[in-house]
Amino acid sequence: MRVNLTVNGRATAADDVWEGESLLYVLRERLGLPGAKNACEQGECGSCTVYLDGTPVCACLVAAGQAEGREVVTVEGLSRGDAPLPGAGPAHGDVSGEGLHEVQRAFLDAGAVQCGFCTPGLVVQAHALLAEADGVPSDADIREALAGNLCRCTGYEKILDAVRLAATRLGPPP
Amino acid sequence: MDFLRPRTWAEALDLKAARPEATPIQGGTDVMVEINLDKGRPAALLDLTPIPELREWSREGDVIRLGAGVTYSRLIGELEARLPGLAQASRTVGSPQIRNRGTVAGNLGAASPAGDSHPPLLACDAVVEAESVRGARLIPIGEFYTGVKRNALAPDELIRAVRVPVARGPQYFSKIGTRNAMVIAVCSFSIALHAAERRVGTGVGSAAPTPRRAVAAEEFAAARLDWRGRSPLDPDVAGRFGELVAGAAAPIDDVRGRAAYRTHALAVLARRALGWAWADFRAGTGADSSAGSGGGDDRGSQ
Ligand SMILES: Cc1cc2nc3c(=O)[nH]c(=O)nc-3n(C[C@H](O)[C@H](O)[C@H](O)COP(=O)(O)OP(=O)(O)OC[C@H]3O[C@@H](n4cnc5c(N)ncnc54)[C@H](O)[C@@H]3O)c2cc1C
Ligand code: FES
Ligand code: FES
Repeated sequence: MRVNLTVNGRATAADDVWEGESLLYVLRERLGLPGAKNACEQGECGSCTVYLDGTPVCACLVAAGQAEGREVVTVEGLSRGDAPLPGAGPAHGDVSGEGLHEVQRAFLDAGAVQCGFCTPGLVVQAHALLAEADGVPSDADIREALAGNLCRCTGYEKILDAVRLAATRLGPPP
Repeated sequence: MDFLRPRTWAEALDLKAARPEATPIQGGTDVMVEINLDKGRPAALLDLTPIPELREWSREGDVIRLGAGVTYSRLIGELEARLPGLAQASRTVGSPQIRNRGTVAGNLGAASPAGDSHPPLLACDAVVEAESVRGARLIPIGEFYTGVKRNALAPDELIRAVRVPVARGPQYFSKIGTRNAMVIAVCSFSIALHAAERRVGTGVGSAAPTPRRAVAAEEFAAARLDWRGRSPLDPDVAGRFGELVAGAAAPIDDVRGRAAYRTHALAVLARRALGWAWADFRAGTGADSSAGSGGGDDRGSQ
Protein backbone atom coordinates (compact mmCIF):
# COMPACT_ATOMS: atom_id res chain seq x y z
CA MET A 1 0.00 0.00 0.00
CA ARG A 2 0.97 3.64 -0.27
CA VAL A 3 1.26 5.80 2.85
CA ASN A 4 1.14 9.59 2.60
CA LEU A 5 2.55 11.53 5.51
CA THR A 6 4.46 14.66 6.40
CA VAL A 7 7.95 14.07 7.71
CA ASN A 8 10.01 16.90 9.15
CA GLY A 9 7.77 19.43 7.46
CA ARG A 10 7.78 17.82 4.01
CA ALA A 11 4.84 16.02 2.46
CA THR A 12 6.04 12.63 1.31
CA ALA A 13 4.80 9.18 0.34
CA ALA A 14 6.10 5.68 0.87
CA ASP A 15 5.22 2.98 -1.64
CA ASP A 16 5.01 -0.81 -1.43
CA VAL A 17 4.48 -0.62 2.30
CA TRP A 18 3.54 -3.98 3.83
CA GLU A 19 0.33 -3.70 5.88
CA GLY A 20 1.96 -4.99 9.05
CA GLU A 21 5.00 -2.74 8.74
CA SER A 22 5.91 -0.17 11.41
CA LEU A 23 6.37 3.56 10.98
CA LEU A 24 9.97 2.98 12.09
CA TYR A 25 10.61 0.71 9.12
CA VAL A 26 9.04 3.22 6.76
CA LEU A 27 11.22 6.03 8.08
CA ARG A 28 14.46 4.09 8.03
CA GLU A 29 14.13 1.77 5.06
CA ARG A 30 11.76 3.59 2.72
CA LEU A 31 12.36 7.28 3.43
CA GLY A 32 16.10 7.14 4.15
CA LEU A 33 15.91 8.65 7.62
CA PRO A 34 18.11 6.44 9.80
CA GLY A 35 18.03 8.77 12.83
CA ALA A 36 15.37 6.86 14.75
CA LYS A 37 17.01 3.57 15.71
CA ASN A 38 15.71 0.05 15.69
CA ALA A 39 16.82 -1.89 18.74
CA CYS A 40 14.02 -3.88 20.33
CA GLU A 41 10.90 -3.42 18.18
CA GLN A 42 8.79 -3.90 21.28
CA GLY A 43 8.52 -0.48 22.85
CA GLU A 44 11.04 -1.22 25.59
CA CYS A 45 14.06 0.87 24.64
CA GLY A 46 12.78 4.18 23.25
CA SER A 47 15.56 4.45 20.66
CA CYS A 48 12.93 4.79 17.92
CA THR A 49 11.15 7.75 19.58
CA VAL A 50 9.70 10.28 17.12
CA TYR A 51 6.98 12.90 17.30
CA LEU A 52 3.64 11.84 15.84
CA ASP A 53 1.35 14.88 15.57
CA GLY A 54 3.45 16.55 18.26
CA THR A 55 3.45 13.64 20.74
CA PRO A 56 6.52 11.47 21.33
CA VAL A 57 5.84 7.81 20.56
CA CYS A 58 7.75 4.63 19.79
CA ALA A 59 7.79 4.50 15.98
CA CYS A 60 8.23 0.72 16.14
CA LEU A 61 4.71 0.38 17.60
CA VAL A 62 2.91 2.65 15.14
CA ALA A 63 1.55 0.70 12.18
CA ALA A 64 2.67 2.42 8.99
CA GLY A 65 -0.92 2.85 7.86
CA GLN A 66 -1.73 4.67 11.10
CA ALA A 67 0.64 7.46 10.02
CA GLU A 68 -1.47 8.18 6.92
CA GLY A 69 -2.11 11.91 6.71
CA ARG A 70 -0.22 12.62 9.91
CA GLU A 71 2.82 14.64 10.83
CA VAL A 72 6.05 13.00 11.93
CA VAL A 73 9.14 14.74 13.25
CA THR A 74 12.30 12.68 13.67
CA VAL A 75 15.59 13.60 15.31
CA GLU A 76 16.75 14.80 11.88
CA GLY A 77 13.94 17.35 11.94
CA LEU A 78 15.03 18.93 15.22
CA SER A 79 18.23 20.44 13.85
CA ARG A 80 17.99 23.70 11.97
CA GLY A 81 18.87 24.85 8.49
CA ASP A 82 21.47 22.47 7.16
CA ALA A 83 19.91 19.41 8.72
CA PRO A 84 20.40 16.49 6.36
CA LEU A 85 17.18 15.70 4.58
CA PRO A 86 16.52 12.73 2.34
CA GLY A 87 18.53 13.03 -0.86
CA ALA A 88 20.38 16.07 0.44
CA GLY A 89 23.76 14.41 0.77
CA PRO A 90 25.42 12.17 3.33
CA ALA A 91 23.65 11.93 6.64
CA HIS A 92 26.91 12.49 8.52
CA GLY A 93 27.86 15.60 6.55
CA ASP A 94 27.54 18.09 9.34
CA VAL A 95 30.34 17.29 11.77
CA SER A 96 30.69 20.89 12.89
CA GLY A 97 27.61 20.63 15.04
CA GLU A 98 26.29 23.83 13.51
CA GLY A 99 22.57 23.76 13.05
CA LEU A 100 22.11 21.29 15.88
CA HIS A 101 19.29 21.90 18.30
CA GLU A 102 20.30 22.99 21.83
CA VAL A 103 19.29 19.59 23.16
CA GLN A 104 21.55 17.83 20.66
CA ARG A 105 24.44 20.19 21.38
CA ALA A 106 23.98 19.70 25.13
CA PHE A 107 24.22 15.92 24.69
CA LEU A 108 27.56 16.37 22.91
CA ASP A 109 28.90 18.96 25.35
CA ALA A 110 27.89 17.00 28.44
CA GLY A 111 29.49 13.79 27.19
CA ALA A 112 26.12 12.07 27.09
CA VAL A 113 26.90 10.28 23.83
CA GLN A 114 29.03 7.15 23.79
CA CYS A 115 28.05 4.61 21.14
CA GLY A 116 25.17 6.94 20.28
CA PHE A 117 22.60 4.30 19.57
CA CYS A 118 20.18 5.53 22.24
CA THR A 119 20.86 9.20 21.51
CA PRO A 120 18.26 10.04 18.85
CA GLY A 121 15.43 8.66 20.96
CA LEU A 122 16.70 10.38 24.08
CA VAL A 123 17.09 13.66 22.22
CA VAL A 124 13.49 13.58 20.98
CA GLN A 125 12.14 12.59 24.40
CA ALA A 126 14.27 15.23 26.18
CA HIS A 127 13.14 17.78 23.59
CA ALA A 128 9.53 16.96 24.42
CA LEU A 129 10.21 17.24 28.16
CA LEU A 130 11.84 20.66 27.78
CA ALA A 131 9.11 21.94 25.49
CA GLU A 132 6.69 21.48 28.40
CA ALA A 133 9.01 22.25 31.30
CA ASP A 134 9.13 25.53 33.13
CA GLY A 135 12.86 26.06 33.73
CA VAL A 136 15.21 23.23 34.72
CA PRO A 137 13.17 20.10 35.49
CA SER A 138 13.80 18.24 38.73
CA ASP A 139 15.82 15.04 38.65
CA ALA A 140 12.66 13.10 39.41
CA ASP A 141 10.89 14.68 36.45
CA ILE A 142 13.81 13.98 34.10
CA ARG A 143 14.03 10.38 35.24
CA GLU A 144 10.29 9.92 34.82
CA ALA A 145 10.30 11.48 31.34
CA LEU A 146 13.24 9.33 30.22
CA ALA A 147 12.07 6.12 31.91
CA GLY A 148 11.29 4.53 28.55
CA ASN A 149 14.70 5.22 27.00
CA LEU A 150 17.42 2.69 27.69
CA CYS A 151 21.14 3.41 27.40
CA ARG A 152 23.68 0.61 27.74
CA CYS A 153 26.76 2.85 27.81
CA THR A 154 26.59 6.03 29.84
CA GLY A 155 25.05 5.05 33.16
CA TYR A 156 22.58 7.92 32.63
CA GLU A 157 24.36 10.53 34.80
CA LYS A 158 25.73 12.40 31.77
CA ILE A 159 22.32 12.21 30.15
CA LEU A 160 20.78 13.93 33.16
CA ASP A 161 23.59 16.51 32.94
CA ALA A 162 22.78 17.06 29.27
CA VAL A 163 19.09 17.66 29.94
CA ARG A 164 19.87 20.14 32.71
CA LEU A 165 22.44 21.87 30.48
CA ALA A 166 19.98 22.15 27.62
CA ALA A 167 17.29 23.46 29.96
CA THR A 168 19.64 26.13 31.27
CA ARG A 169 20.71 27.19 27.79
CA LEU A 170 17.18 27.27 26.46
CA GLY A 171 16.18 29.51 29.36
CA PRO A 172 12.65 30.07 30.53
CA PRO A 173 9.93 29.66 27.91
CA PRO A 174 8.92 32.92 26.18
CA MET B 1 -2.71 -8.82 5.24
CA ASP B 2 -5.20 -6.00 4.74
CA PHE B 3 -5.12 -2.61 6.38
CA LEU B 4 -8.65 -1.33 6.97
CA ARG B 5 -9.15 2.34 7.72
CA PRO B 6 -12.73 3.20 8.60
CA ARG B 7 -13.48 6.94 8.74
CA THR B 8 -16.55 6.63 10.93
CA TRP B 9 -17.75 4.43 13.76
CA ALA B 10 -20.56 3.04 11.61
CA GLU B 11 -18.03 2.08 8.95
CA ALA B 12 -15.84 0.41 11.59
CA LEU B 13 -18.80 -1.70 12.76
CA ASP B 14 -19.63 -2.66 9.16
CA LEU B 15 -16.04 -3.69 8.52
CA LYS B 16 -15.85 -5.73 11.73
CA ALA B 17 -19.10 -7.48 10.80
CA ALA B 18 -17.81 -8.26 7.31
CA ARG B 19 -14.34 -9.22 8.57
CA PRO B 20 -14.72 -10.61 12.09
CA GLU B 21 -11.19 -12.01 11.89
CA ALA B 22 -9.72 -8.49 11.56
CA THR B 23 -7.66 -7.31 14.55
CA PRO B 24 -8.63 -3.86 15.82
CA ILE B 25 -5.65 -1.61 16.46
CA GLN B 26 -5.49 1.57 18.51
CA GLY B 27 -2.23 2.42 20.28
CA GLY B 28 -0.68 -0.72 18.81
CA THR B 29 1.34 -1.25 21.98
CA ASP B 30 0.15 -4.85 22.17
CA VAL B 31 -0.74 -5.51 18.53
CA MET B 32 2.50 -4.23 16.98
CA VAL B 33 4.71 -6.09 19.46
CA GLU B 34 3.08 -9.33 18.33
CA ILE B 35 3.56 -8.52 14.65
CA ASN B 36 7.13 -7.24 15.05
CA LEU B 37 8.16 -10.32 16.99
CA ASP B 38 6.31 -12.54 14.51
CA LYS B 39 4.12 -14.07 17.18
CA GLY B 40 1.19 -14.16 14.83
CA ARG B 41 0.02 -12.34 11.76
CA PRO B 42 -3.49 -10.96 11.78
CA ALA B 43 -5.50 -11.47 8.58
CA ALA B 44 -6.24 -7.76 8.65
CA LEU B 45 -5.67 -4.72 10.84
CA LEU B 46 -8.67 -2.53 11.55
CA ASP B 47 -7.29 0.89 12.45
CA LEU B 48 -9.64 2.70 14.84
CA THR B 49 -7.44 5.77 15.36
CA PRO B 50 -9.04 7.87 12.59
CA ILE B 51 -12.44 7.84 14.32
CA PRO B 52 -12.80 11.14 16.20
CA GLU B 53 -15.53 10.20 18.69
CA LEU B 54 -13.43 7.37 20.11
CA ARG B 55 -10.94 9.98 21.32
CA GLU B 56 -13.58 11.80 23.35
CA TRP B 57 -14.71 11.39 26.92
CA SER B 58 -17.75 12.93 28.51
CA ARG B 59 -19.44 13.07 31.86
CA GLU B 60 -22.91 11.60 31.90
CA GLY B 61 -24.41 12.06 35.33
CA ASP B 62 -22.14 10.30 37.80
CA VAL B 63 -20.29 8.34 35.15
CA ILE B 64 -17.36 9.17 32.90
CA ARG B 65 -17.88 7.69 29.45
CA LEU B 66 -14.31 7.10 28.35
CA GLY B 67 -14.02 6.74 24.58
CA ALA B 68 -12.03 3.69 23.49
CA GLY B 69 -9.32 5.86 21.94
CA VAL B 70 -8.49 8.04 24.96
CA THR B 71 -4.82 7.44 25.79
CA TYR B 72 -3.40 6.85 29.25
CA SER B 73 -1.58 10.20 29.05
CA ARG B 74 -4.83 12.07 28.47
CA LEU B 75 -6.64 10.10 31.15
CA ILE B 76 -3.92 11.07 33.65
CA GLY B 77 -3.96 14.69 32.54
CA GLU B 78 -7.70 15.22 32.23
CA LEU B 79 -9.43 12.77 34.56
CA GLU B 80 -7.18 12.23 37.56
CA ALA B 81 -9.50 13.98 40.04
CA ARG B 82 -12.55 12.03 38.94
CA LEU B 83 -11.03 8.63 38.28
CA PRO B 84 -8.12 8.54 40.75
CA GLY B 85 -7.72 4.75 40.89
CA LEU B 86 -7.64 4.36 37.12
CA ALA B 87 -5.35 7.37 36.77
CA GLN B 88 -2.90 5.95 39.32
CA ALA B 89 -2.85 2.65 37.46
CA SER B 90 -2.37 4.50 34.16
CA ARG B 91 0.68 6.27 35.56
CA THR B 92 2.39 2.93 36.07
CA VAL B 93 1.85 1.69 32.50
CA GLY B 94 5.07 1.31 30.51
CA SER B 95 6.76 4.64 29.81
CA PRO B 96 5.64 8.08 28.63
CA GLN B 97 5.86 6.93 25.01
CA ILE B 98 3.68 3.89 25.74
CA ARG B 99 1.17 5.99 27.71
CA ASN B 100 1.00 8.45 24.81
CA ARG B 101 -0.38 5.65 22.62
CA GLY B 102 -1.87 2.96 24.85
CA THR B 103 -5.54 2.93 25.82
CA VAL B 104 -7.77 1.35 28.44
CA ALA B 105 -9.84 -0.23 25.67
CA GLY B 106 -6.67 -1.80 24.26
CA ASN B 107 -5.88 -3.14 27.73
CA LEU B 108 -9.39 -4.66 27.81
CA GLY B 109 -9.02 -6.02 24.28
CA ALA B 110 -5.76 -7.74 25.25
CA ALA B 111 -7.33 -8.92 28.55
CA SER B 112 -3.97 -9.88 30.01
CA PRO B 113 -4.37 -10.93 33.66
CA ALA B 114 -1.53 -8.46 34.36
CA GLY B 115 -3.14 -5.45 32.66
CA ASP B 116 -3.02 -2.47 34.97
CA SER B 117 -6.45 -0.98 34.18
CA HIS B 118 -8.30 -4.06 35.32
CA PRO B 119 -8.01 -3.81 39.13
CA PRO B 120 -9.31 -0.22 39.32
CA LEU B 121 -12.05 -0.95 36.78
CA LEU B 122 -13.18 -3.86 38.97
CA ALA B 123 -12.92 -1.85 42.19
CA CYS B 124 -15.19 0.87 40.88
CA ASP B 125 -17.77 -1.21 38.99
CA ALA B 126 -16.94 -0.07 35.46
CA VAL B 127 -19.08 -1.16 32.52
CA VAL B 128 -17.76 -1.94 29.04
CA GLU B 129 -19.81 -0.53 26.20
CA ALA B 130 -19.55 -3.00 23.32
CA GLU B 131 -21.14 -2.43 19.94
CA SER B 132 -21.69 -4.25 16.67
CA VAL B 133 -24.00 -3.83 13.69
CA ARG B 134 -26.46 -5.85 15.80
CA GLY B 135 -26.58 -3.11 18.42
CA ALA B 136 -24.90 -1.96 21.61
CA ARG B 137 -24.69 -3.78 24.93
CA LEU B 138 -23.30 -2.99 28.34
CA ILE B 139 -21.02 -5.60 29.87
CA PRO B 140 -20.40 -5.29 33.63
CA ILE B 141 -16.64 -5.44 34.16
CA GLY B 142 -16.92 -8.53 36.35
CA GLU B 143 -18.33 -10.45 33.38
CA PHE B 144 -15.88 -9.11 30.84
CA TYR B 145 -12.82 -11.27 31.58
CA THR B 146 -13.46 -14.85 30.53
CA GLY B 147 -9.98 -16.40 30.61
CA VAL B 148 -6.29 -15.73 30.11
CA LYS B 149 -6.20 -13.10 27.36
CA ARG B 150 -9.86 -13.78 26.57
CA ASN B 151 -12.83 -11.49 26.96
CA ALA B 152 -16.58 -11.42 26.46
CA LEU B 153 -16.57 -9.58 23.12
CA ALA B 154 -18.29 -11.34 20.23
CA PRO B 155 -16.24 -11.61 17.01
CA ASP B 156 -18.18 -8.77 15.38
CA GLU B 157 -18.05 -6.47 18.41
CA LEU B 158 -15.84 -3.50 19.16
CA ILE B 159 -15.39 -1.56 22.38
CA ARG B 160 -16.95 1.87 21.95
CA ALA B 161 -16.25 3.19 25.45
CA VAL B 162 -15.75 2.26 29.08
CA ARG B 163 -18.15 3.72 31.62
CA VAL B 164 -16.43 4.45 34.90
CA PRO B 165 -18.33 5.90 37.86
CA VAL B 166 -16.87 9.14 39.21
CA ALA B 167 -15.07 8.46 42.50
CA ARG B 168 -17.23 8.96 45.61
CA GLY B 169 -14.43 8.21 48.01
CA PRO B 170 -10.70 7.47 48.16
CA GLN B 171 -9.18 5.09 45.59
CA TYR B 172 -5.72 3.55 45.39
CA PHE B 173 -3.78 1.31 43.04
CA SER B 174 -0.51 -0.40 43.82
CA LYS B 175 1.64 -2.80 41.91
CA ILE B 176 4.73 -4.93 42.53
CA GLY B 177 7.55 -4.84 40.00
CA THR B 178 11.29 -4.66 39.68
CA ARG B 179 11.51 -0.97 38.86
CA ASN B 180 9.25 2.05 38.76
CA ALA B 181 8.78 2.08 35.00
CA MET B 182 8.24 -0.42 32.24
CA VAL B 183 7.05 -3.14 34.54
CA ILE B 184 4.45 -5.80 33.96
CA ALA B 185 2.88 -6.36 37.37
CA VAL B 186 4.07 -9.27 39.47
CA CYS B 187 0.80 -8.64 41.24
CA SER B 188 -1.38 -5.60 41.70
CA PHE B 189 -4.27 -4.39 43.79
CA SER B 190 -6.80 -1.60 43.69
CA ILE B 191 -9.26 -0.37 46.28
CA ALA B 192 -12.19 2.03 46.08
CA LEU B 193 -14.19 3.20 49.09
CA HIS B 194 -17.77 3.84 48.01
CA ALA B 195 -18.39 5.97 51.05
CA ALA B 196 -22.03 6.90 50.51
CA GLU B 197 -22.99 3.23 50.21
CA ARG B 198 -20.54 2.13 52.91
CA ARG B 199 -19.12 -0.35 50.49
CA VAL B 200 -15.57 -1.35 49.55
CA GLY B 201 -14.56 -2.28 46.00
CA THR B 202 -11.45 -4.30 45.17
CA GLY B 203 -9.59 -5.58 42.14
CA VAL B 204 -6.71 -8.06 42.09
CA GLY B 205 -4.35 -8.26 39.12
CA SER B 206 -1.75 -10.72 37.90
CA ALA B 207 -2.66 -13.32 40.49
CA ALA B 208 -5.27 -15.50 38.76
CA PRO B 209 -6.20 -16.49 35.19
CA THR B 210 -8.31 -13.33 35.01
CA PRO B 211 -8.37 -10.11 36.99
CA ARG B 212 -10.93 -10.53 39.78
CA ARG B 213 -12.55 -8.93 42.79
CA ALA B 214 -11.91 -10.15 46.32
CA VAL B 215 -15.55 -10.35 47.35
CA ALA B 216 -15.07 -11.83 50.84
CA ALA B 217 -12.56 -9.08 51.64
CA GLU B 218 -14.97 -6.40 50.36
CA GLU B 219 -17.81 -7.69 52.54
CA PHE B 220 -15.59 -8.09 55.58
CA ALA B 221 -14.25 -4.54 55.35
CA ALA B 222 -17.65 -3.00 54.64
CA ALA B 223 -19.01 -4.61 57.80
CA ARG B 224 -16.05 -3.85 60.05
CA LEU B 225 -15.08 -0.30 59.09
CA ASP B 226 -16.45 2.43 61.36
CA TRP B 227 -18.14 4.46 58.62
CA ARG B 228 -20.13 6.63 61.02
CA GLY B 229 -17.55 7.39 63.70
CA ARG B 230 -14.57 7.36 61.31
CA SER B 231 -12.38 5.91 64.05
CA PRO B 232 -8.83 4.83 63.13
CA LEU B 233 -8.39 1.57 61.25
CA ASP B 234 -8.08 -1.41 63.57
CA PRO B 235 -4.80 -3.15 62.60
CA ASP B 236 -6.47 -6.53 63.00
CA VAL B 237 -9.14 -5.53 60.49
CA ALA B 238 -6.47 -4.33 58.06
CA GLY B 239 -4.50 -7.55 58.48
CA ARG B 240 -7.54 -9.75 58.01
CA PHE B 241 -8.55 -7.73 54.95
CA GLY B 242 -5.11 -8.41 53.46
CA GLU B 243 -5.44 -12.14 54.15
CA LEU B 244 -8.86 -12.27 52.53
CA VAL B 245 -7.58 -10.46 49.43
CA ALA B 246 -4.69 -12.89 49.18
CA GLY B 247 -7.16 -15.73 49.64
CA ALA B 248 -9.12 -14.60 46.60
CA ALA B 249 -6.08 -15.04 44.37
CA ALA B 250 -5.07 -18.18 42.51
CA PRO B 251 -1.55 -17.30 41.43
CA ILE B 252 0.99 -19.36 39.52
CA ASP B 253 4.79 -19.55 39.54
CA ASP B 254 6.22 -17.80 36.51
CA VAL B 255 9.26 -15.78 35.41
CA ARG B 256 8.00 -12.69 37.22
CA GLY B 257 7.42 -14.29 40.59
CA ARG B 258 6.48 -17.37 42.56
CA ALA B 259 2.89 -18.02 43.59
CA ALA B 260 3.82 -17.89 47.28
CA TYR B 261 5.46 -14.51 46.82
CA ARG B 262 2.44 -13.15 44.97
CA THR B 263 0.10 -14.29 47.74
CA HIS B 264 2.27 -12.72 50.40
CA ALA B 265 2.75 -9.48 48.46
CA LEU B 266 -0.97 -9.15 47.76
CA ALA B 267 -1.80 -9.32 51.46
CA VAL B 268 0.71 -6.53 52.10
CA LEU B 269 -0.53 -4.38 49.19
CA ALA B 270 -4.14 -4.76 50.26
CA ARG B 271 -3.47 -4.01 53.92
CA ARG B 272 -1.54 -0.86 53.03
CA ALA B 273 -4.05 0.31 50.42
CA LEU B 274 -6.90 0.00 52.91
CA GLY B 275 -4.82 2.00 55.40
CA TRP B 276 -4.20 4.82 52.91
CA ALA B 277 -7.80 4.90 51.73
CA TRP B 278 -9.19 4.88 55.25
CA ALA B 279 -6.82 7.66 56.35
CA ASP B 280 -8.07 9.76 53.41
CA PHE B 281 -11.67 8.98 54.29
CA ARG B 282 -11.16 10.06 57.89
CA ALA B 283 -9.47 13.26 56.72
CA GLY B 284 -12.27 13.91 54.25
CA THR B 285 -9.91 13.84 51.25
CA GLY B 286 -9.48 11.58 48.26
CA ALA B 287 -12.99 11.86 46.88
CA ASP B 288 -13.80 13.90 43.84
CA SER B 289 -14.69 17.31 45.17
CA SER B 290 -16.67 18.13 42.05
CA ALA B 291 -18.76 14.96 42.15
CA GLY B 292 -22.42 15.60 41.77
CA SER B 293 -22.20 19.36 41.72
CA GLY B 294 -20.71 19.83 38.25
CA GLY B 295 -17.30 21.53 38.43
CA GLY B 296 -14.39 20.55 36.18
CA ASP B 297 -14.74 19.90 32.49
CA ASP B 298 -17.59 17.71 31.38
CA ARG B 299 -15.96 16.52 28.22
CA GLY B 300 -12.63 16.24 26.49
CA SER B 301 -11.51 15.47 22.97
CA GLN B 302 -8.41 15.49 20.85
C1 LIG C 1 7.01 -1.43 26.46
C2 LIG C 1 5.61 -1.77 26.89
C3 LIG C 1 5.26 -1.64 28.22
C4 LIG C 1 3.97 -1.95 28.64
N1 LIG C 1 3.68 -1.81 29.95
C5 LIG C 1 2.43 -2.09 30.37
C6 LIG C 1 2.09 -1.92 31.74
O1 LIG C 1 2.90 -1.47 32.56
N2 LIG C 1 0.83 -2.24 32.12
C7 LIG C 1 -0.10 -2.70 31.23
O2 LIG C 1 -1.23 -2.95 31.64
N3 LIG C 1 0.20 -2.88 29.94
C8 LIG C 1 1.44 -2.59 29.49
N4 LIG C 1 1.75 -2.77 28.18
C9 LIG C 1 0.75 -3.34 27.27
C10 LIG C 1 -0.09 -2.31 26.51
O3 LIG C 1 0.56 -1.06 26.47
C11 LIG C 1 -1.46 -2.11 27.14
O4 LIG C 1 -2.16 -3.32 27.16
C12 LIG C 1 -2.30 -1.06 26.42
O5 LIG C 1 -3.41 -0.74 27.22
C13 LIG C 1 -2.80 -1.50 25.05
O6 LIG C 1 -3.51 -0.42 24.47
P1 LIG C 1 -3.39 -0.10 22.91
O7 LIG C 1 -4.36 0.99 22.59
O8 LIG C 1 -1.99 0.15 22.53
O9 LIG C 1 -3.89 -1.48 22.30
P2 LIG C 1 -3.64 -2.19 20.89
O10 LIG C 1 -2.30 -2.79 20.85
O11 LIG C 1 -4.02 -1.28 19.79
O12 LIG C 1 -4.74 -3.33 21.04
C14 LIG C 1 -4.66 -4.29 22.09
C15 LIG C 1 -5.74 -5.35 21.94
O13 LIG C 1 -7.03 -4.78 22.08
C16 LIG C 1 -7.79 -4.94 20.90
N5 LIG C 1 -8.53 -3.69 20.73
C17 LIG C 1 -8.01 -2.43 20.67
N6 LIG C 1 -9.00 -1.53 20.60
C18 LIG C 1 -10.18 -2.22 20.59
C19 LIG C 1 -11.55 -1.83 20.53
N7 LIG C 1 -11.93 -0.54 20.48
N8 LIG C 1 -12.49 -2.80 20.56
C20 LIG C 1 -12.13 -4.11 20.64
N9 LIG C 1 -10.84 -4.53 20.72
C21 LIG C 1 -9.88 -3.60 20.69
C22 LIG C 1 -6.78 -5.24 19.81
O14 LIG C 1 -7.31 -5.95 18.75
C23 LIG C 1 -5.75 -6.02 20.58
O15 LIG C 1 -6.17 -7.35 20.76
C24 LIG C 1 3.02 -2.43 27.72
C25 LIG C 1 3.37 -2.55 26.37
C26 LIG C 1 4.66 -2.21 25.95
C27 LIG C 1 5.01 -2.32 24.51
S1 FES D 1 12.93 -0.04 18.85
FE1 FES D 1 11.08 0.96 19.39
S2 FES D 1 11.22 1.01 21.53
FE2 FES D 1 12.95 -0.17 21.02
S1 FES E 1 25.37 5.79 24.33
FE1 FES E 1 25.41 3.67 23.83
S2 FES E 1 23.40 3.07 24.33
FE2 FES E 1 23.44 5.05 25.08
